[in-house]
Amino acid sequence: MTPNPTLLIQQVQITLHGETLLAIDRAIAPGEVLTVMGPSGSGKSTLLAYLAGFMSPVFKAQGQVFLANTRLDTLPAEKRGLGLLFQDPLLFPHLSVGGNLRFGIPQRTANKQAQLAQALHQVGLSGYEDRDPATLSGGQQARVALMRLLLSQPRAVLLDEPFSKLDTALRQEMRTLVFNQLRDAGLPALLVTHDHADTKAAGGPVIELG
Amino acid sequence: MLKPCHTRRLASIAPLLALALPAVAAPDPSDWQSVLAQAEGQTVYWNAWGGEARTNAYIEWVAQQVDERYGIELVHVKLGDTSEAVSRVLAEKQAGNDDAGSVDMIWINGENFAAMKDNDLLFGPWAESLPNYPLTDPDNTPAVRYDWTIPVEGLESPWSSSQVVFYYDTALVEEPPDNMPELLDWAAQNPGEFTYPQVPNFLGNAFITQALLELSDNTEVFYAPMQEDEFDEATAPLWAYLDELHPHLWRSGRAFPSNSADLRSLMGDSEISIALSFSTTEASGAIANYELPDTVRSYVHDSGMIGNISFMAIPYNAEHKAGAMVVANYLMSPEAQAEKQDPEVWGSNTVLSMEQLSAEERALFDDIDLGIATLPPSELGKVLGQPHPSWVDALAEAWQTRYVN
Amino acid sequence: MLLRLAPWILISVLVVPLAAGLLMVILPAFGYLPVLGGETFHFDAWQALWQRPGLYRSILLSYASGLITTLVALAIVALFLAASRGTWLDRGIRRLVSPLLAIPHAAVAFGLAFLIAPSGLFVRWVSPGLTGWERPPDALIVNDPLGLSLMAGLVLKEVPFLLLMCLAALPQLDPERRVTLARSLGYSANIAWLKSVFPVLYPLIRLPVYAVIAYATSVVDMAMILGPTLPPTLSVSILGWFNDPDLDHRYMASAGAVLQLGVTLAALLTWWLGEQCVKRVSQGWLINGARNTGSMAIAVGGRLLLTTTTLLAISAIGGLVIFSVAGFWRFPDALPGTFTLDHWQRILPSVTTPLLNTLSVGLAATLSAAVMVVATLENAVRHHLPVSRSQWLLYLPLIVPQVAFLFGLVVAAESINVRPQMALVIAAHLLFVAPYLYLSLSEAYRRLDPRWMQAAHSLGASPWRAFWQVRLPLLLAPLLTACAVSLAVSIGQYLPTLLLGGGRVPTITTEAVAMASGGNRRLIAVLALLQALLPFIGFSLALLIPRLAWAKRRQMRGVA
Repeated sequence: MTPNPTLLIQQVQITLHGETLLAIDRAIAPGEVLTVMGPSGSGKSTLLAYLAGFMSPVFKAQGQVFLANTRLDTLPAEKRGLGLLFQDPLLFPHLSVGGNLRFGIPQRTANKQAQLAQALHQVGLSGYEDRDPATLSGGQQARVALMRLLLSQPRAVLLDEPFSKLDTALRQEMRTLVFNQLRDAGLPALLVTHDHADTKAAGGPVIELG
Repeated sequence: MLKPCHTRRLASIAPLLALALPAVAAPDPSDWQSVLAQAEGQTVYWNAWGGEARTNAYIEWVAQQVDERYGIELVHVKLGDTSEAVSRVLAEKQAGNDDAGSVDMIWINGENFAAMKDNDLLFGPWAESLPNYPLTDPDNTPAVRYDWTIPVEGLESPWSSSQVVFYYDTALVEEPPDNMPELLDWAAQNPGEFTYPQVPNFLGNAFITQALLELSDNTEVFYAPMQEDEFDEATAPLWAYLDELHPHLWRSGRAFPSNSADLRSLMGDSEISIALSFSTTEASGAIANYELPDTVRSYVHDSGMIGNISFMAIPYNAEHKAGAMVVANYLMSPEAQAEKQDPEVWGSNTVLSMEQLSAEERALFDDIDLGIATLPPSELGKVLGQPHPSWVDALAEAWQTRYVN
Repeated sequence: MLLRLAPWILISVLVVPLAAGLLMVILPAFGYLPVLGGETFHFDAWQALWQRPGLYRSILLSYASGLITTLVALAIVALFLAASRGTWLDRGIRRLVSPLLAIPHAAVAFGLAFLIAPSGLFVRWVSPGLTGWERPPDALIVNDPLGLSLMAGLVLKEVPFLLLMCLAALPQLDPERRVTLARSLGYSANIAWLKSVFPVLYPLIRLPVYAVIAYATSVVDMAMILGPTLPPTLSVSILGWFNDPDLDHRYMASAGAVLQLGVTLAALLTWWLGEQCVKRVSQGWLINGARNTGSMAIAVGGRLLLTTTTLLAISAIGGLVIFSVAGFWRFPDALPGTFTLDHWQRILPSVTTPLLNTLSVGLAATLSAAVMVVATLENAVRHHLPVSRSQWLLYLPLIVPQVAFLFGLVVAAESINVRPQMALVIAAHLLFVAPYLYLSLSEAYRRLDPRWMQAAHSLGASPWRAFWQVRLPLLLAPLLTACAVSLAVSIGQYLPTLLLGGGRVPTITTEAVAMASGGNRRLIAVLALLQALLPFIGFSLALLIPRLAWAKRRQMRGVA
C-alpha cells in the first residue's frame, strides 16, 4: 500500500450572494483529524459539501483542494476518493447488510468475501451479512456505515456530526471506534461538529467558525 | 361455384361499359377479371358503424368469405359515427394525400353521402358496373339510384334497405296509434310514455320527417332542394304538432334520448311503452338479446313509413379500390344478402329484386324465419322516400332553434 | 450530455404536436380551410357559433361543472385527510379508493347512470315495496339540465386522482409532526391538519388540481352519458359539429374548439383568482386561534363523504357486473329474471387483438414517457435545478382540450406524410401519458433524500451506477405507481387512438365506445369491465411488485 497522502485545503473561500461565509487554509496529515466547530449557519456543512463535491450552485467557492498531487475540487464527487460519514448511518434500505458493504468495495478488489467477513468481525457483527439493515439497532447501523466507508478504500475521510444522533452511552463507544479505525488506517480526516466532546475525542487541531 | 352466374353478369354489364370512367391508375370495374386480379392480396379497410354486435359478427363472416374466395383481407374499422370516416378522408385531402388514403370503403347514405359527393371526396362512378348490380333491378327500383333524392350516379353500391317502424309493448298498450294525430291523442292519455331521439340524430330526424310527411297535404315539395321562402309555410303544421306533443313526452320533452339505442333501453326499462326504429327487425333482435320483453311487437302507420337504402362508397383516395369493389360486389350477392337478412344473423333487409334471382337463389330468402316481433314484408306498407337532405338539414336546424335553449 | 437535452426533448415531444394541431384548428376557425373552399380569413364561423341555440348555456355548463367538480372533489379529499388518523378504517377506505383510479371514465358514467336513473338500481331496490311504483317515475335525473349527475360522475373519478396526488406529496411535509405540534397547542387533530398541513400541501397539488379543472371543463365521454342534452356541454356540441354530415359545420366546430380553449382558460383563471382571495381571507381563519370549531363535523363528514364516493363507484361497477350477465330485466325487479353468459361469449372471441393493441400501445407509451420523464428529473436533480417555469409547458396537453387540437393534429401528421399506424397512436398517447407520469413522479423524485446519492458517490459509485443501484430501487414503488397511472391514462384514450390510428389500431376502448353507440347495456357492461381489467392489473402489479421485492426490507415497505 502506498503511504497515505496529506489533504491540502489551499485558500478556500466560500461566498453566498457575494458575502464571504468562511475562509480556510489548512493541511491535514495522514492519521490526523481536523475539527471544524461552529454553530448552525456558520457554513461548516457547506464546507463539507464543497470538499465532497455536493455543494449547491447558489454558493461560490475559490481556492484549491489537493490530495497528494491530485487536484480534487475539479473532479466529480465519486472520483475524489473522499469517504463520508453522515449524521445518519444511511444504510441503503433496499440492500442487505452485506449488500451495503459490497456496494462500497471497489470493483477490482480481490477477495471481497474475506474482506467483508473481516470487517463485520471487526465491529462484532459476524453473521449479520444477510440481515435487513432496518432490523439493526442504531449502534449496529452506525458500525456498519463505518465499515462500509473503510471498505470503499477512501484516501481521506469527511465526518458530518457522525455521533450527534446516537445516545450518550453509545456516543463515547463510537467515537473511540471511529477515531481508532481512522488512525489505524492512517487517513487524514475532517470532522464537522458543535460538540466539544467530539473535539476532545478527535484529539487534533480545531478551527472555530462563525 | 361462381362460374355460371359470372358469365351472365358479364353479359349484362356490357351496356354499362360506357359509364365507367377509369381514373389514371384506378381499377376499371368493366374489366372485372383485372379488378379481381388486382384485388387479390389487398387489405381492405371497411369503415362501418360498429355499435351492434350482430352487425359486427356479420361483417366478420363477410371477411372470412372474401378471404376464401378472393384472397382479400377485410378489416372492419369500427366507427361510433360514420362521419368519423368522412373526417378522416377530409383530413387526408386537406393534407394532400390523394392516393394512399386509409379508408377503402364506407357504409354510408343520406347526408354523409351528400356531403362527400358535394366535396368531391368519392371515387367513381363504379357501382353500376359491378357484376351483381343488375340484381337490384335498378330500372324499376328508383331507391337504388337516388339516395335521399340525391342521384347516386354510380358513386355507391346498394347494400341494405331499411324502413322506420314503431314498436310497442303489448303488455302496456292495447291498440297502437295508426297515424300522427292518433299518436298525439295516445300520448296525451299516457303522458311520459313516448319519446323520440334528439334531433339531429338520424332517427330523431326520421321521426320529425315522418310527421312532416304525414301532416302535409302536398309532399312533393320536399323531394326537391328547399327554397328559403317555402320553409315556414310548409313546416307550420309540423311545429304546431310538435308544440302540442312535447309536453306529453317522456320527461315532458325537457330531455330526449340521444339515439335509437337509448330509446331502446328506455323501452327495456319500461320507462316508455312506444318507440321507433330504423330497422324492421330491431324488436326481434332486441328480444333475442334480452334487451326487450318478448311482449314487444312492431307496427306501422297507415300512410306508410319513411324508408331508405344504405350503400357502400369508395373514397376518391382509397388505396385499395379494386379490393373494395370486389367486396362491395360480394355484399350484393344473393348468398351474402340472404345471410344478412336472417334475423338469427342480423336481420337487415335485402336490396335485391326477387324477380332478378334464380329459383334457387330465391329459396335462400324464402326459408328465413323473420322472428316474432318482425312484420312480414306484406304488412310493412308503403315506403315513403327520404326528402331532399336540404329539407332535413333545415328541419334539424329549426328544431334546435325551437327546442334547445 | 444527452441528459441535458432531456427536458427539451420532452417538452418538444409534447408541445410541437400540440402547437401544430392547434394551428390547424385555429385557421379554419377564421375561415381558412382550402379543402372545403375556404381561402380567405373572416369571422363567419364565429357569427354562426354565437347564433347557435343554447350556446351560452353550453358555455356556462362547461365552465361551472369544471369548477364545481374540482371544488367538491378537493373538499372531499381534504376533509378526509383532515379526519384520517391512520386507523385501520382510514387505511381501509384509502385502499378501496386507489383501484377506482383504474376504472375508465366511461365505465363509471355508465354504471352511475344505471344506479341513479328513475329506472335504475336504487329505485328498483325500493320499488314497488316502499314507493308503490310499478313503472319508473318520470323524473329527469340523469341528463338533468343543471349537469348535477355529470358533476357527480366527475367527482367519483377525480377524488381518487386527487387523493393519490395528495398521498404522494404528503410525506415530505411530515404531517404527523405538524399535527402533533398543533395538538400540543390545544388544537383538535382535524383542525390542526387543516390549519397546519393543508396550507403547505395545496401548493404541491396545485398542478393536478388545474389538470382536473381542465379535464372537467372539456370532458366528452362522461358528458355524453350523464350530461344535459338540451343543450349539451360545449365539448359535446363541438364533437357533434365536427361529426356533422354537413362539412361546412367544420368552420363553426373549429371556432367552437377555440372557444372551448377559452372557456377552460377562463375556468383556470377563475380558480386562480379564487386561490388569491382564499389566501387573503383565510389568513384570519388560520390564526384566529379557534381550536375545535367544526372538528366533529370534519371527523364525521370527511370519512362519510369519501366512503360515500367510494361506495357509489363500487356499486356502479357492481351494476355493470350484474348487467354483463343479465337476461331480460323487467322494472321494478331488483335482479334480472334470468342470468346468461351469452354477452361474454359474444364479445370475448373478438377482443384478443384489441386487448393486445391496448397493451402494446399502453406499454410503449408508458415506457417511452418513463424514460423521458426520468431523464428530465434526473437532469434536474443532478444539476440542482429548481422547479422551472417551463414545467408548465409539460401540462399543456392536459390543459388544452382534446377536441381543440386532435383534428388539427391528424391534418398535420398527414401533411408530413405520416400515415396512420400504431407508432403514431403511441406518439399521440405520449402527449397525455407523459404529463400524468411527470405529475405523479416528480414529487417523489425530488424529495428523495439527496444524501442517499451523496453516500453512494462518496463510496466511489459513478453517477450512473448510483442511479441504477440506489435511486431506481429506492424509487421503485412511486415509479411503478406513476407507470400504472400512465397506463390507465393510455388505456382510456379514445379520440387520439381513433383519429391518429385511422381506425386501424382497434383498442379495447375504441371497441367499447363503438359498442356504446349501439346502446346494448349488457355488451357495454362486458366491454367496460374488460376495459377496466388492464389498468386494474397495472395497479395491482404496482402494489405487489415492491411488496415482493422488498419482502425482507422493512424500511422499503414504508416508502410509499
